[in-house]
Amino acid sequence: MIDTVERAEQTPEQIQPYAELGLKSDEYQRIRDILGRRPTSSELAMYSVMWSEHCSYKSSKVHLRQFGDKKPPTDALLVGIGENAGVVDIGDGWAVTFKVESHNHPSYVEPYQGAATGVGGIVRDILSMGARPIAVMDPLRFGPLDAPDTRRVLPGIVAGVGGYGNCLGLPNIGGEVVFDPTYLGNPLVNALCIGAMRHEDIHLASAKGVGNLVVLYGARTGGDGIGGVSVLASETFSEGGPTKRPSVQVGDPFMEKLLIEATLEVLHAGLVEGIQDLGGAGISCATSELASNGEGGMHVWLDRVLLRDPTLSPEEILMSESQERMCAIVRPENLDAFLARCAKWDVEAVVIGEVTDTGHLTIDWHGERIVDVPPRTVAHEGPVYERPYARPGWQDALQADDAARLPRPKSPAELRATLLDLVGSPNLASKAWITSQYDRYVLGNTVLAQPEDSGMVRVDELTGRGVAVSTDCNGRFAKLDPYTGAQLALAESYRNVATTGAEPLAVTNCLNFGSPEDPDVMWQFSEAVRGLADGCLQLGIPVTGGNVSFYNQTGSTAILPTPVVGVLGVIDNVERRTPMSWGTGGTIMLLGTTRAEFSGSEWAHHVHGHLGGLPPVVDLEAERSLARVLIDGARAGAIRAAHDVADGGVAQALVEMALRSQSGARVTVQGDAFTFLFSESAARAVVVADQPAAVAALAAHHGVECTELGSVTGQSVVEFAGLFDVTLDELRHVHDATIPAALA
Amino acid sequence: MRIGVVTFPGSLDDRDAARAVRIAGGESVALWHGDDDIKNVDAVILPGGFSYGDYLRCGAIARFAPVMTTIIERAHAGMPVLGICNGFQILCESHLLPGALIRNDHQHFICRDQTLRIEDVNSAWTSSYSTGQEIVVPLKNGEGGFVADDATLDMLEDNGRVIARYVGLNPNGSRRDIAGIRNERGNVVGLMPHPEHAVEALTGPTTDGLGFFASVLTSLAGSR
Repeated sequence: MIDTVERAEQTPEQIQPYAELGLKSDEYQRIRDILGRRPTSSELAMYSVMWSEHCSYKSSKVHLRQFGDKKPPTDALLVGIGENAGVVDIGDGWAVTFKVESHNHPSYVEPYQGAATGVGGIVRDILSMGARPIAVMDPLRFGPLDAPDTRRVLPGIVAGVGGYGNCLGLPNIGGEVVFDPTYLGNPLVNALCIGAMRHEDIHLASAKGVGNLVVLYGARTGGDGIGGVSVLASETFSEGGPTKRPSVQVGDPFMEKLLIEATLEVLHAGLVEGIQDLGGAGISCATSELASNGEGGMHVWLDRVLLRDPTLSPEEILMSESQERMCAIVRPENLDAFLARCAKWDVEAVVIGEVTDTGHLTIDWHGERIVDVPPRTVAHEGPVYERPYARPGWQDALQADDAARLPRPKSPAELRATLLDLVGSPNLASKAWITSQYDRYVLGNTVLAQPEDSGMVRVDELTGRGVAVSTDCNGRFAKLDPYTGAQLALAESYRNVATTGAEPLAVTNCLNFGSPEDPDVMWQFSEAVRGLADGCLQLGIPVTGGNVSFYNQTGSTAILPTPVVGVLGVIDNVERRTPMSWGTGGTIMLLGTTRAEFSGSEWAHHVHGHLGGLPPVVDLEAERSLARVLIDGARAGAIRAAHDVADGGVAQALVEMALRSQSGARVTVQGDAFTFLFSESAARAVVVADQPAAVAALAAHHGVECTELGSVTGQSVVEFAGLFDVTLDELRHVHDATIPAALA
Repeated sequence: MRIGVVTFPGSLDDRDAARAVRIAGGESVALWHGDDDIKNVDAVILPGGFSYGDYLRCGAIARFAPVMTTIIERAHAGMPVLGICNGFQILCESHLLPGALIRNDHQHFICRDQTLRIEDVNSAWTSSYSTGQEIVVPLKNGEGGFVADDATLDMLEDNGRVIARYVGLNPNGSRRDIAGIRNERGNVVGLMPHPEHAVEALTGPTTDGLGFFASVLTSLAGSR
């Protein structure tokens, strides 16, 4: 029997499985108070999923407000936090939108589909702003490379990212691959998408205009991603009902490709008043958010939804997370034209409702009213928690355990062995085995892609205007000090963008943490958000949006706090980008100040399995100054190549540049050899200059320490003068072998 | 010269192929899979991508597209046709070229800068290269392993119909390192790697791919 509003009014005592749906008893009571009756099973389903942590940000909201409160003054932000994705002005009438999201848990359960639908979801977010998606990036984190479960999840996740993105025709231009034991039972799959549009093409998710039609188009609705709502189904249909279905969604990239083309056509033809993608919480989310952002009312005939499985109950249809669906608000007079464009691309579309001014979202199922709710209470007025947080009791002991106590290599032979060990360590080894499974060429605008410091794509073929994006996070630094660690992630991403010659403009983030119910984790989270918000204010680049992923833990052990930061920059002509590759000559210079900073370093992690102490000092003013030298030097043509110094220190930066260029170098080690080679002090970059005096002058002007290290030789050996030599062949063998050996 | 570039619903490199035509000095004309009118073009490119999703067998559905009816007919009459990647698969499925393309032997999608040796310059699409010339262009495929029976392979080799071979590394298990072949007349060429992604120094590993597009413009000019 269908649970109607009428029936709910008549049966106030009926026991409802709110707890099984993840609602607390006070939350359930609040729903009853809002409605003045018990919810119908469909309403209960909607509230339960929309009030989930994933959709409502109920634990993080009070902290995330800082991104708005501390927003730096900026003219670049066209659409801010709260929409599907933020939009920034990159000049010449172009706007760019970008966002990163997590798909961690589905990817652990079903690596290929979890990762694939992660890409699909973020691409639809970008599309729903009115932008053509132009590139994707994927920050990935796994357990130890040699762990059996890594061998289970990694190949599937990589194949899923590639399989979906390659079939969609979006170049994958970067990201990260990081290994750490804390991710073993909880890999992180974050997906970032960048889209470009003209200013006038920006669209928002709102249902405006009473009498306008609600059109659902794209894939049919099936039983995937329903998860916990099967509790309701089994209650409603106790016998002969639908079987339990897998809670991981299945992706169809070909349908997504059709959806992109059809959507861009209807948007550009001016046939759309408002648009929303369907992701988590499916139709529940799209209808309640559109109505809440618009006239405030909407009526939906749920039985009109095209189904892949005719046995689905209304609750399941409302909850289904079937992929590749979009919802558009269309004027009645434009409907035929809208449907014709969909038909051209073989995309099914159906009118499922209309915009009203009743202030209510009402949903009928074969003539019976099953939902009647104020949409704001579903979409925007969910519970907000002030979760308790406290600095963990173990934090002081962790910070006191400095890496300075660890034994260090001393002799040239030991230093050489350490360098080779690190070059071949899982986190520093070549990721080509992974990234070669991604198409980086499609669309023909990729100027830089992995392993370059940031991915860069041309937006305007006539002027050469383009954007660069990098994502970064060192979770070990964030564990040692979440505030500083988040700022270091921001600083590295900012630096990576500037290293390629682009001007940093805006920030997105994907905050991956353990359980918010653990005060230790909640403290890490609050500190990281505070650090990030303060850092963005200081660097003058606003946060445009992002995503929070909680409950990333195995048992009671949380992952390293992992606030992944994506920075987007603009470059007025991509011809002037700075690559890593240094050619066969030029003067090698180190910009920035090196301190003895090893706590949380790759050396401490890989060689000693050690994590303790304080992370490197973060100096955002120094980062700003360094960025000026890198960007202005690139504009002036003084810098031929550049590479950020981060994990593995100067040694790793030089090795990566030499391998990328297939050209060696001779450098003179400055000061203590171990510190020079392996310290991970921030705010540094290696540059290669044709005009070293110009770079030195620029550095002096901005107060950046500049040290001449040596020169590019074009030979097949990297020489650390007076210490040791290492051939490119040896480096390449060590660098390239690690990942394939573990996974092939 | 008017070079048609077909867009199937899942075509991905159609914009790139059109750009390559323009950079080479030709006029690119957009052709639609559902339309059998090929707009009086002088030659046609079937671009890379996943034509109709290719969940079945790559190109197996595309060969039945309305646009293919006209293209197959015109190809038999001598119109130059270049199939790149998915386009190569479609040409094999359409029986304009022999053999088939199967899943890479290592089972992974692969994207890399690939060295090729041009083996035959007697086709409409390779005439601007020299025999034995080595070029570097991007390769990106999941199902790029060229297979045919020995008799067919011998026939292709004996008649100079292997137009390009992989050098250094065979990226997908193609038999006899074959990267591309042509029909007997030389107007129809199928190639697994992507010359359209190597036409600008800014975005490609080289500009070596331009020769394919320059070749067809030259050969069309010569035939007028």
